[in-house]
Amino acid sequence: MAEYRSTGILMGSELAGKVPPRERLLKRACAVIECVEEIPCNPCEEACPVGAISVGDPITNPPNLDFDKCTGCGACVGVCPGLAIFLLDLSGGSVRVTLPHELLPVPQAGDEVELLSRAGEVLGRGTVVRTRRAGTTSIVTVELPAEELLWDVRAIRRSS
Amino acid sequence: MRIEQHPILEFRRGRRITFTFDGRPIEAYEGETIAAALHAAGVRVLSRTRSGAPRGLFCAIGKCSSCLMTVDGIPNVKTCVTPVREGMVVQSQRGPGRLNPDFRPREREVRELRAEAVVVGAGPAGLAATRVLLRHGIKPIVFDENPHLGGQLIKQTHKFFGSRAERAGVRGFSIAEELLSEVEGEAEVLRQARVLGLYFEDGKRVLAVAHTDRLLLVEAEEIIVATGAEERFLLFPGNHLPGVYGAGAVQTLMNVYGVVPGKRALMVGAGNVGLIVSYQLLQAGVEVEAVVEAMPEIGGYHVHAAKIRRLGIPILTRHTVVRALGGERVEGAVIAQVDEKLSPIPGTEREVSVDLVCLATGLNPSTRLLEQAGARMAYVPELGGRVPLHTPHMETTLPGIYVAGDCAGIGEASTAMLEGELAALSLLSRRGLELGGEMEATRKSLEKLRLGPFGARPRAGKEKVFALMKGGSGG
Repeated sequence: MAEYRSTGILMGSELAGKVPPRERLLKRACAVIECVEEIPCNPCEEACPVGAISVGDPITNPPNLDFDKCTGCGACVGVCPGLAIFLLDLSGGSVRVTLPHELLPVPQAGDEVELLSRAGEVLGRGTVVRTRRAGTTSIVTVELPAEELLWDVRAIRRSS
Repeated sequence: MRIEQHPILEFRRGRRITFTFDGRPIEAYEGETIAAALHAAGVRVLSRTRSGAPRGLFCAIGKCSSCLMTVDGIPNVKTCVTPVREGMVVQSQRGPGRLNPDFRPREREVRELRAEAVVVGAGPAGLAATRVLLRHGIKPIVFDENPHLGGQLIKQTHKFFGSRAERAGVRGFSIAEELLSEVEGEAEVLRQARVLGLYFEDGKRVLAVAHTDRLLLVEAEEIIVATGAEERFLLFPGNHLPGVYGAGAVQTLMNVYGVVPGKRALMVGAGNVGLIVSYQLLQAGVEVEAVVEAMPEIGGYHVHAAKIRRLGIPILTRHTVVRALGGERVEGAVIAQVDEKLSPIPGTEREVSVDLVCLATGLNPSTRLLEQAGARMAYVPELGGRVPLHTPHMETTLPGIYVAGDCAGIGEASTAMLEGELAALSLLSRRGLELGGEMEATRKSLEKLRLGPFGARPRAGKEKVFALMKGGSGG
């Protein structure tokens, strides 16, 4: 049994090959799809305007992302029913993660937020750069204070 | 307490009205049920047993009998599915309710109806079936015992999985709205209509239906039964306390009526329902202490687990609820680690401060109507319990009677919709329409959704059912 089946937290080994390399992120934003199980689902494949995501047949294949094709547009972030897609960005000297958010209040540009790991631990504080809406899901881009946080921050919470 | 703002939902509340509960005026909104209005007003104890133990809500969809109260002099009314009305007199009961000897029911004539087809249950399976029937020129009568149509879809705030054909990426309640907009006005759809029995008279199929306060006798050429499922209960001391709710009941309170179910919850069960409802509790502003799961691993999809883990909710595998604490309502709970045999390990007990214990420990198919009608049944654990035998095209052992959705074996709403379509196509084929191609395509879509490790159990269960159906056994 994979450890994440008892913890609910993906480890480095399960994410191997899923995370775009640093050099790629220095050019422009790229998606990371944290979806490793065989579940019948493919809206991400359909939503991608450049054909960078493949699920194929059978529909239970976990999605595969072509980092070079991905433009970092984020169309997949808003459609993923599992809220399992994020954007990572190291271009232009920034350190940014974009994540789906479905709690109130809707984060606004300039808001300071707590940065949470896959295990819900507070890793620091960041600043909301931009929020756009995909239906009722907010797609929030957050500037992080340090590059090493990019690999672990996967949620935000209003600063307490 | 009511939810004023929600990240996903907008609550369109009706006119403000007033009713009385044990003589005390309670404010409510038209369109909500008695139980939801009482909950919003802070009333958790709805009635008492003969010995005086408190009873509250449990299922919130008319399947159990935890919410029985006396309403306008009529005892044993299911307050979770009865809409509240201006001036209603609602009283708690002690033990089985007693009818006032002076009470005289209003005499109503029995209404007799005939239909080419009847669909029992307006959830995903029933509505999908209805839509296919309408498309082929048959106008069925649809019955549902709830005041709202759409079954459990109406409280699903998450986006659905699957492919575009199964409405993937669309939230459950929006799928319900789409289905209803195609069906209402076309088919005759009766709410608060409980099908009491299904009988065979002179080769005809007759349904007895309690529609609000009137009895209907409906002669139907063909019938699709899509009666859904009910939540499993769990044995532990204190499980009777108001505040121990089915996870689905909590969803109904929060997502259908916009009523805050409690302040801090313990979720029991880490299948998809437990994980999804934990997330929905956070969205409604309710804290979640933890999700406990007796098995060594999380039962639901990792992506659902990840959503709540990263927001700080612990998922404790090999843990269970040992007891609920409190006199009149839940004031806490004790959880403990369990051993291989799922027994609590002494010394690992820990008290948690919660006012809500949600049980997400699985569902049982609601099959009483088919059992009563004489359909052959079998116990298939992979499908959640006793299920009616059926063919891959959803025909039961009773000619002209079809089954679809959770009452044919617990599955997902998306598989329920496809089963509903298949049942309708079978019905149409029996009436002579040539639909082989469409039927085959629907069956293939259904098989696709059951691929992969999460589909293994329902897949195995269905294989058993089809084999028993072929072999003519079952009991």
